[in-house]
Amino acid sequence: MALYSDKVMDHFLNPRNVGIIEDADGVGEVGNAKCGDIMKMYLKIEDDIIKDVKFETFGCASAIASSSMATEMIKGQPLEQADQLTNKAVAEALDGLPGYKMHCSVLAQEAIHEAIKNYEEKGENKNE
Amino acid sequence: MKIYADNAATTKISDTALNTMLDCIKNFYGNPSSLYTIGQKAKEKLEEARLSIAEIINAHPSEIIFTSGGSEADNQALLSAAEIGKAKGKTHIISTAIEHHAILHTLKRLEKNGFTVTLLPVKENGIVDADELRAAIREDTCLVTVMAVNNEIGTIQPIKEIGEICREKGVLFHTDAVQAVGHMPIDVKAMNIDMLSASAHKFNGPKGAGFMYARKGIRLTNLIEGGAQEKGKRAGTENVAGIAAMAAALKESVENMQAVNERLTPIRDYIIKGLKEIPHCALNGDERERMCNSISFCFEGIEGESLLILLDQKGISASSGSACTSGALDPSHVLLAIGRVHDVAHGSLRISLGADATMEEADYIIKSVKEVVEYLRGFSPVWRDLTSGKKEFIL
Repeated sequence: MALYSDKVMDHFLNPRNVGIIEDADGVGEVGNAKCGDIMKMYLKIEDDIIKDVKFETFGCASAIASSSMATEMIKGQPLEQADQLTNKAVAEALDGLPGYKMHCSVLAQEAIHEAIKNYEEKGENKNE
Repeated sequence: MKIYADNAATTKISDTALNTMLDCIKNFYGNPSSLYTIGQKAKEKLEEARLSIAEIINAHPSEIIFTSGGSEADNQALLSAAEIGKAKGKTHIISTAIEHHAILHTLKRLEKNGFTVTLLPVKENGIVDADELRAAIREDTCLVTVMAVNNEIGTIQPIKEIGEICREKGVLFHTDAVQAVGHMPIDVKAMNIDMLSASAHKFNGPKGAGFMYARKGIRLTNLIEGGAQEKGKRAGTENVAGIAAMAAALKESVENMQAVNERLTPIRDYIIKGLKEIPHCALNGDERERMCNSISFCFEGIEGESLLILLDQKGISASSGSACTSGALDPSHVLLAIGRVHDVAHGSLRISLGADATMEEADYIIKSVKEVVEYLRGFSPVWRDLTSGKKEFIL
């Protein structure tokens, strides 16, 4: 039995939406190098819809695959819906993760949440 | 290209060992404790193996106890020495921060039972300071246990020097020689070793067989109670095929030892030189005092598990001290002990060559590792912060 599902391997070996968005509307970074996982999400938002999303990840195969899958799941989605993405949904979309790797999907959820928060905070500051 | 480069984890069984094993399973199936001919023939196989192994490490056959492997031998050696110490009111044990978990966890257990343990640090090159060890020995020290060769970074410890100090101070000396036996000369008398652990599958023997050497007169504590096998010190019907194959594998390894050393050392050094060309990396462990097949590196800005899986895709089987490979939260205790900080220790790679490694394979390894490290750094936020000057490089 392989350590990871075919889906995890596919997203690890061919990650989608890799890179950065220079003029991102929202950026979220979670995790820390001490623990061995850092995820950074960049969002481009128009009319409350995620027009583009990119990520950078320092971490294991499942962290990279979780980031990749999560970006696919939120691309083109309304902000409100993207913010409700759960780690469970990410893990399920990957056909499951080993138990001790579930935190990788949590990081993906948190990174998106942080990026959206960052966007909203910027908006609030503009209004002031 | 397919390259198995994780020989510190386990080795492929040699044809000699496999044939010995099959011959025993088929033709020497008797129980060595049975008195009829079929049983006694199996017993003969067992005793031949004991004699052969004893001769190789310069011990007496009666000083060899067969076990299921290195971990069992480590457990039994430590618990035995602890019992002996306790009976004399000595409950202090000295070891190092870079031991295998079979040692470290057994020491934890002993601590819970009232023993005091001093774990000596190692120098930056991964080697224990013998003078520091001498200074740590107390009136109530009953045991010093130091591994002969570290399994993660391949550093060779000054076993002979430590043995001499222990003998002079009258303290029992155990060495976990799992990575050393079959790969470097071991002479328990010349090295003043009182107890030693070894495992067959680290020298092209089968899994499930190992041995402990315990100098005559050292009273052993049983881990397994039952029949009178191994002079009543290790119950259970003997793994005759595994033990005979272990002896055959050890004999073969020792015969080839010098030639393998001479052949692998330049290949190892070539790979080290090649990998050092990768920016912001560091070799783990001493450059010279290391096993001829062992290469360990840390690469900044990447994580080891993804590195391993990508190397596996390229046909290379290697290993890492990253936490993510083991399910633990912390990276390798060995890498932390040589001063690698968490951020860097997560990006480690261990390559342990097989005896048949070639220069062509070395080139492929260097090329593959370079490609994979560069690829992973390409989308690592840590690497971006380092290269943009937001964070400072550690390596």
